[in-house]
Amino acid sequence: MKLTGAEILCETLTRLGVREIFGYPGGAILPVYDALGKSKLHHVLVRHEQGATHMADGYARASGGVGVAMATSGPGATNMVTGIATAMMDSSPVVCVTGQVSSKVIGSDAFQEIDITGITMPITKHNVVVTQAGDIGRTLREAFVIAKSGRPGPVLVDVTKDAQQATAEFEWDACTPKLPAKRIRNNHDQIEFDRAVELLNTAKRPVILAGRGIMLSNAMQAFEKFVRVGNYPVAMTLLGIGCFPAKDPLNLGMMGMHGEAWVNNAIQEADLLIAVGMRFDDRVTGDLRTYARNARKIHIEIDRAEINKNVKVDAALVGDAREVLESLTPLIDTRDHSVWIRHINELKGDSAVRDIQSLPDTGHLYAAHVINDLWKETRGEAIVVTDVGQHQMWEAQYYHHDRPRTLITSGGLGTMGFALPAGIGAKFAKPDSEVWVVVGDGGFQMTMSELATIVQEKINVKIAIINNGYLGMVRQWQEFFYDKRYVATPLVAPDFAALANAFGIRAGSVTTRAESVSAIRMAREANETVLLDFRVEQEDSMYPMVPAGASLHDMIRRPHNPLVETASDA
Amino acid sequence: MQTLVAYVENKPGVLNRVSSLARRLAINIDSLTVGPTENEEIARMTIVAHTDERGAHRLEASLEKLVDVLLAENISGRALLERDLALIKVAADQQNRPHLMELIKVFRARVVDVAPESLIIEVSGTVDKIDGLLEVLRPFGVLEMARTGRISMTRGNDLLRPPLLDIESGAGEPEVSKAK
Repeated sequence: MKLTGAEILCETLTRLGVREIFGYPGGAILPVYDALGKSKLHHVLVRHEQGATHMADGYARASGGVGVAMATSGPGATNMVTGIATAMMDSSPVVCVTGQVSSKVIGSDAFQEIDITGITMPITKHNVVVTQAGDIGRTLREAFVIAKSGRPGPVLVDVTKDAQQATAEFEWDACTPKLPAKRIRNNHDQIEFDRAVELLNTAKRPVILAGRGIMLSNAMQAFEKFVRVGNYPVAMTLLGIGCFPAKDPLNLGMMGMHGEAWVNNAIQEADLLIAVGMRFDDRVTGDLRTYARNARKIHIEIDRAEINKNVKVDAALVGDAREVLESLTPLIDTRDHSVWIRHINELKGDSAVRDIQSLPDTGHLYAAHVINDLWKETRGEAIVVTDVGQHQMWEAQYYHHDRPRTLITSGGLGTMGFALPAGIGAKFAKPDSEVWVVVGDGGFQMTMSELATIVQEKINVKIAIINNGYLGMVRQWQEFFYDKRYVATPLVAPDFAALANAFGIRAGSVTTRAESVSAIRMAREANETVLLDFRVEQEDSMYPMVPAGASLHDMIRRPHNPLVETASDA
Repeated sequence: MQTLVAYVENKPGVLNRVSSLARRLAINIDSLTVGPTENEEIARMTIVAHTDERGAHRLEASLEKLVDVLLAENISGRALLERDLALIKVAADQQNRPHLMELIKVFRARVVDVAPESLIIEVSGTVDKIDGLLEVLRPFGVLEMARTGRISMTRGNDLLRPPLLDIESGAGEPEVSKAK
């Protein structure tokens, strides 16, 4: 049948199973919006295109599918850049559709013309300009294949206005993806594989480093079996949280810069690290020269470019995590690591006594309390979406996730302003799940205009602002490494509850420990969006901390009495 | 110095993707040559990069992640044929011309243009050979030079060929980039 390019675009998205598109209209994408109105696709009007990309990203992370964002040319497209980079760093499958000026005027600096494929080249897995209506269907289908396959990532499709307006013959079968025929590498290297099996069967102090790749390959079951058979303790990366139940005794928790001391010390003392779907980020390793010096290393990773990038490994198993784990498990022996595990548990005991949850209640409201209360009240079953900074690390420490894709956070890029829009996207992906946006007062102010999107879409997300009046993580660095010179980190904020009310959103403020649980209960019981402004201890710091560039075992540990360490009360 | 060969889709923007990737990895390219292959839809690149083996692995694996790159391989250390081509315009008068011709002969170069005050010499071969000729020409006065950069090929049965274009992916739709 003959359709316009714009109609082909909407029809293709519909057939690909897309339900929601997060976007913002404008001149160069107007034909598509006209076609959108006639389609079954639901368009979510955002308040800034960065929000659209974060929503698509949050949607993808919560659903395991592909999220779609849309914007017009020029500033619409450039506003997407941060969201695209966020998705790229965390391997999130997002397809961005941007309008472009007509092909006849490309290169003439036309109104709202920008070379968005040039701009996004290093931050997309692939991008492409489409100038022919007849190419739109195939290109979009290819974009979905590329975004989702191998190591996922964002793909941008820039469609010129004349391509949207022109008509072309559209047949689904005629737009089957035709991607370049690449050389198929045989990644299975028997020598590496045998070496890995031998290392696994001789290790005395093994630790698994579990990353997001486990969830991306849907390897949770295969992973659990591997862990059970080998009896391996599991440390998680920030983005790996959820791939293995937190309540499992073999789950140590998060590693790295703000990992608990027992986790980092276990890694430093290990004789074998088994890295699965993770990339030895600097926030995970600390100083590479002293990183896990006693350990041999096995790296299970789909992206060949990650092998030996930061850490030289002894056995590299390139491939899909599930496939590799399934072929490894039958060959490994069940070994008794109880001495090693008991040792790690002893390290744990030492940390637990300093934990704020174990200290007597002083009435002061700490972020860690809020997160812990939230975890208890939601029985660990909510989808929690965080931003970047102290609150993100508190969440990672005190909200114990037992199910995959329930923690959504900007890890690699560390994008402030991610949480609120990503939380909206997650809610669209999982409308029946309880979604909590946990965000700092700084990050919230970056994208808080999306509150209007929540209201317009009548969705129900819960928002917990961890409000300490500072750009907290930066303040903490200033406290530790810049002699408490708090330059540009004290932060004036509006009365967030009043602000939410102005948007038509129910809200409350919490200033004492005693109010925390009841406020969370009130929010949970409400059948609508509720914003809670938690005014927490202002100069509280995140412990433990491995200073940037220091060895993983050189942690700044929790002070025995945090109140002594914090300078002033709120 | 590391030498990589890449087969890429012969279409606009691909060279930019390749060079942009090297820039992003902070790898300095010493020379990059592109030319068509026997299949006009596929181009072949030889990339000579200032990096170590680890950097070359990173570049190779990252190149192969690009959708338009069909194959990338670090061929450093293998048995290679390597060729560079140069056109060198050198000052030449009646007196030193015979001496120049002698040198050109020794280097198995050719004179491709003769003017009253200068010659253009064409020379091909390894980088060392061209550098050597350049060295002896310098005292005569090198007025202009253009070099192609290196092209490389592995010797004998060591074949580097991408699969032909356009294998219908139909059933394999979700698996197309598995090769990565």
